[in-house]
Amino acid sequence: MDAADAPAALPGDALREGVVERLRADLGAGLIDSHLVPQTDLWVRVSTEAWADAAASLKAQGFDYFCFLSALDWMPSPYGKGEDDPTVEKEPLSTEVVPGVTGGDTRFQVFARVTDVRRHFGVTVKADVPDTLEMPSWIPSFAGANWHERETHEMFGITFAGHPDLRNLYLPGEFEGYPLRKDFPLLSRMIKPWPGIVDVEPMPDAAEEEDGTAEATPEEGGAA
Amino acid sequence: MTMLSERQQLSYIAAQAADARLNVELETEGMTLNIGPQHPATHGTLRIIARLDGEQVVWAEPVPGYMHRGYEKLTEVRTFPQVTTLINRIDWLGSFANEVPFILAAEQLMEVEAPPRAQYIRTILFELSRIANVGLFLGDLGVQMGAVTPVFLAFRDREHVLNLIEGATGGRFHPNFDRIGGLKDDLPAGWVAETRQVMKRMRMFCDELEDLLFGNEIFQSRTRNVGVIPADVAKSYGLSGANLRASGVDWDLRRDQALPMAWDKVDFKVWTHPDGDSWARCWVRLQETRESTKIVDQLLDGLPAGPVMAKVPRIIKVPAGEAWVSTENPLGEMGYYVVSKGDLGPFRVKIRSASFNNISIASWVLKGVYVPDIITILASLYFILGDIDR
Repeated sequence: MDAADAPAALPGDALREGVVERLRADLGAGLIDSHLVPQTDLWVRVSTEAWADAAASLKAQGFDYFCFLSALDWMPSPYGKGEDDPTVEKEPLSTEVVPGVTGGDTRFQVFARVTDVRRHFGVTVKADVPDTLEMPSWIPSFAGANWHERETHEMFGITFAGHPDLRNLYLPGEFEGYPLRKDFPLLSRMIKPWPGIVDVEPMPDAAEEEDGTAEATPEEGGAA
Repeated sequence: MTMLSERQQLSYIAAQAADARLNVELETEGMTLNIGPQHPATHGTLRIIARLDGEQVVWAEPVPGYMHRGYEKLTEVRTFPQVTTLINRIDWLGSFANEVPFILAAEQLMEVEAPPRAQYIRTILFELSRIANVGLFLGDLGVQMGAVTPVFLAFRDREHVLNLIEGATGGRFHPNFDRIGGLKDDLPAGWVAETRQVMKRMRMFCDELEDLLFGNEIFQSRTRNVGVIPADVAKSYGLSGANLRASGVDWDLRRDQALPMAWDKVDFKVWTHPDGDSWARCWVRLQETRESTKIVDQLLDGLPAGPVMAKVPRIIKVPAGEAWVSTENPLGEMGYYVVSKGDLGPFRVKIRSASFNNISIASWVLKGVYVPDIITILASLYFILGDIDR
């Protein structure tokens, strides 16, 4: 591949729509939704069963550069940000599962990104994770998914069928719990009250925020 | 996972055959060699377990995780402006470059854009991070192969670049200078002239290293045809940056995507090399460092006047949405997938760091090589531990 192969212009939305069409042809009902931000990016959501096929289809379309694979936990954290005053009784936080773009029906979603390095654009693929927390592996299409799936397994507890070796990548082997799940407490915020509770700068009041848009110069920042 | 090159297959078969034969006749057996986590050749605390047959590696596996700091979890309890303090420490040799994609992702969600002057200064500091980062890599290469001089040259000249970064941002290693909507501050007086001098000096440094190291016969014989990675394997593992371009893939995020940065205002060449071996990876990095100094010069020529901060609210709330922005960092493609729920802080940040993918190929590329080559191959893949473990 040399520079002559590279297109002169950056990719337009027609290319991205073409990808959605091709995925619809390859996956049929497996393609659930797509979301296009004009001139910016493309998201598609596929069904759990079509997760591995989506990888193969995208690879066949020229998306042969594997960027990343990870998971999303759409349940808001029941612990908040750990910045509350511990002496004050706090209201329970909402843990309603609200999915992001392209929707979703489950608490967990896996998402991955692949890029076409010749046509210079990428696509983010999402899929719902069923209650069994088991997904097909992407390794047959992208060898680089190996470590990413190991990381997703130890951080979210999602297993990937067909992965040769789901040992922990970062955490000690006997570690319990899945740290990136929202209901896993961030212990450093639990054992000690957040120092920001007592050590605060006065926040600008709501009225000032409404008008606006005071330019945040360093002098203002330093003097506040 | 049958993507072994012919050379690797042959050496693998030979290793197994040798193992079986020697076991009977000489009562020898394969051995497992542990390298690290504390080892001078590992740039931090990466551990490598290698199964050897004589001098040949039959199987090898990197073991990361000794420096895992859980930044993805920590971002969830920070506000957007606070996150830059954390992500500065991912790739600690090119810190400013870590901040940029995150800030751009937040700006994309807020639909604000930094003023032109801020975009230029961002790009200049980004390229200075690259020069500081890759300059040290070039010097470090020598040490991996027993040449001590290059690393002294690298530390000597990198100091000038760090002084520039310190002069503009106040921080040598962790600038924390990028803000949503622009930059913390404008450039100090005299900085532009000083930068031109340093860029001249860095070009001399590149020439010096090219003579000293790349022309050296030992260096060439240690790196030529060692650790060859074909383009399709490199892409399926997600290798990026100079590692991918050294396998002949002409792809550079500075040129190949539209970002509110100033790279489209300058002329620069994206260097590639067809060989895919250790030498190619080092050579591409050398050329890129030189190219970066030219980018900085051109940007200094065209530096527009004006403010360095757009109008943004005092309290930054990022509208709900999802954004992915990645840039061509010194180590490769670094990106952030930012999910916001309209709050003060992000709901989830997936950090895609370059070294994580770049080093995950190690177990593939180390199959069938000889023990001393482990060091040169890992050095040429160029990783930073903070960038693997995050």
